[in-house]
Amino acid sequence: MRIRVQTEDFDVGAELAQLRAGNPKIGAIASFVGLVRDLNENAEVSEMILEHYPAMTQKSLEGIVAEAKNRWDIYDALVIHRVGKLVPTDQIVLVAVTSSHRGEAFAACEFIMDYLKTQAPFWKKEQTTSGSRWVDSRESDDKAAQRWETKIESK
Amino acid sequence: MLKLLYFARLRETFGLAEEELELPAQVINVQTLTELLRQRGEVWEVGLASGKPYRVAVNQEMVGPGTIIRDGDEIAFFPPVTGG
Repeated sequence: MRIRVQTEDFDVGAELAQLRAGNPKIGAIASFVGLVRDLNENAEVSEMILEHYPAMTQKSLEGIVAEAKNRWDIYDALVIHRVGKLVPTDQIVLVAVTSSHRGEAFAACEFIMDYLKTQAPFWKKEQTTSGSRWVDSRESDDKAAQRWETKIESK
Repeated sequence: MLKLLYFARLRETFGLAEEELELPAQVINVQTLTELLRQRGEVWEVGLASGKPYRVAVNQEMVGPGTIIRDGDEIAFFPPVTGG
């Protein structure tokens, strides 16, 4: 389990190479990269600040990855989340999962991302043409995370 | 002693990032602590109004209003998260 919170950018290629290095059993890597958009809620975003709760961030991301390992047959997972000042087109987050097969890798990667969006203590504040504002949480993110509860119950 | 932390919009609303508080006698759980904080004045009343979207974590775990609070706990108040 590899979890990093950092201000610096990351190199996806190098991270994926490192994640799978030395394990010939890995047949699949699924990865997701989140980016800063220049437009949100009809306002142009010039930059954003990502704040977090350090003591809780590590714990909550470790919990989410541990849960993914319980549910799917995966080898390892990597989560990198950036904090501090970011501008449009910057990378914010990387989630990558290794497994023998693509199905488990895809599912676990999406699960980690959906739970991160609703459980991990990060907050975005955007600087727009009309001033700065805290980004509101979205109901669609809650729904995305809730899907996984339904799937488990119906098994 | 309790350690209270405030993040993002709530930190700005209260003008406070963290504080220490002697565990008050009437505080049993998250709900009674929140009620006590609301009595501090208007910004507290507004920031922690019932029905307002905020979350509470006790010792770095998100919890509900019935969670018991003990001396030495770290309690954080924050808006719904928006990372990723």
